[in-house]
Amino acid sequence: MTDIELVKGNESIAMGAIEAGCRFYFGYPITPQNDIPEYMSRHLPKCGGVFIQAESEIASINMLMGAGATGARAMTSSSSPGISLKQEGISYMCGSQIPGVIVNMSRSGPGLGGISPSQGDYFQATRGGGHGDYRTIVLAPSSVQENYDLTMHAFDLADKYRNPVIILGDALLGNIKEPLRRHKYIPKTFEKNWILTGAQGRSPRRLKSLYLSEGELTEHNWMLHRNYQEMTKEILYETQWMDDAKLVVVAFGSVARIIKTSVSMAREQGMAVGLFRPITLYPFPYKQLLDISETIHHFMAVELNTGQMVEDVKLSVGHRKNRVDFYGRPPGSIPSPDELFEEIQKVYCLP
Amino acid sequence: MYFDCIISGFGGQGVMLAGNILAYAGMCENKNVTYMPVYGVEMRGGTANCTVVISDKEIGSPIIQKPICSIVMNRPSLEKFGPRVKQNGILIVNASLIPKEDVNFPNVECIMVPARELAMEIGNEKLLNMIILGATVQKTKVVSMDSLIGSLPSALDPRYHHLIDINVEALQQGAAFIDQH
Repeated sequence: MTDIELVKGNESIAMGAIEAGCRFYFGYPITPQNDIPEYMSRHLPKCGGVFIQAESEIASINMLMGAGATGARAMTSSSSPGISLKQEGISYMCGSQIPGVIVNMSRSGPGLGGISPSQGDYFQATRGGGHGDYRTIVLAPSSVQENYDLTMHAFDLADKYRNPVIILGDALLGNIKEPLRRHKYIPKTFEKNWILTGAQGRSPRRLKSLYLSEGELTEHNWMLHRNYQEMTKEILYETQWMDDAKLVVVAFGSVARIIKTSVSMAREQGMAVGLFRPITLYPFPYKQLLDISETIHHFMAVELNTGQMVEDVKLSVGHRKNRVDFYGRPPGSIPSPDELFEEIQKVYCLP
Repeated sequence: MYFDCIISGFGGQGVMLAGNILAYAGMCENKNVTYMPVYGVEMRGGTANCTVVISDKEIGSPIIQKPICSIVMNRPSLEKFGPRVKQNGILIVNASLIPKEDVNFPNVECIMVPARELAMEIGNEKLLNMIILGATVQKTKVVSMDSLIGSLPSALDPRYHHLIDINVEALQQGAAFIDQH
């Protein structure tokens, strides 16, 4: 399995899912993620799995909830407008503590928007998205290899925390092809003493999100909250060129790739610029950025939207003691490395 | 070693396949590669382009504003991507559709390849993308012709494998054109 292959981003997600033991896929077609269901429809039946093209996004998220309730590893995927439709189901899964993996290869909005890459779903992904006071773990890959690796990781996190995990990519990460080295999934065991498998010989179990007795819902929400706090152990991020940096560029996903080239251009010009790339968007690396702000006081968030993650950067480092600049590009065009280099130049010398 | 290239043309001219094969050949030489397709919602007749980056270092951006090399297969592509080629870069032009007098970019080496005519000599005008890819690789030496030819079985779907020989011939025809001019 160590052979190297040239693989499309969307397909690498499907490959990672199957390798991690996903045997149920439910989805409804939407550009730019159709390679995921296409791959799943071809390969899942071969390994004893089930592929269902559901009648809608709402049906597929509810099928995911059903499969998750039995303890099976299951996944759905869609793109922005389709993910909006799934929000009710995600809320119910969080309320009922049912794991599952949800892939959003996001496109442009609002509404039908367009099929070009966008990071406009950051708030939706990291703030719950549906109704109620809940969170989902959000993983943001930025290469084809990472699509594969993080998809496998997503299944473990979902089982570990009994909570849905969202993979937030975009049209760019779904469509590029890059070399991929597939590697074996190392199975981990998770105690699943809650799954619905038929109550023969044992007392019945119940997975629900309705709590009406006095105090019950309060305690349920506190319990969920403690679970979210536990998730901070899972924070992932990448840093580059940080040692002597005077300005730290913060970017995730596809734009982190583009700006990596811009930052290396800045380095060639002798500018002390570093790069911080959050890989988990929830839990966000608040503390890690705060620690960096002990020595570096200038940050610049760059996103393919008009300003969402920048709020988390400001929450991390504060914007009284530290300077937080922002460059955002709404959907419809993708900034080139040269353009982002110019934006870095504009803020680099600011006080 | 670093190389990037934007290949553009009409949907149906084989722009994406050419980019795929080039990326595959780079990977076969143990380089890092990215291939990024951009196309409209049309299957044929719309415009299509792809960006290929090949490097022995980690690749940051898969998006390139000013490529070292650009292949333009039709007139709209020339107008869009011709001016974007880097100083001292290379522009490979499909001379079957674009007259030489329209191609004038200072400090860029412009190579006119009569791709359709050369493909017809082999007997199938659909091979024009392979003609132009063979010419590009021979001109830029970004990968070896052996890697390019060797990547065909992996890059092509098995249902097209009976066409590998004629595609090899087209790649060689394109390379020979560069040697002769």
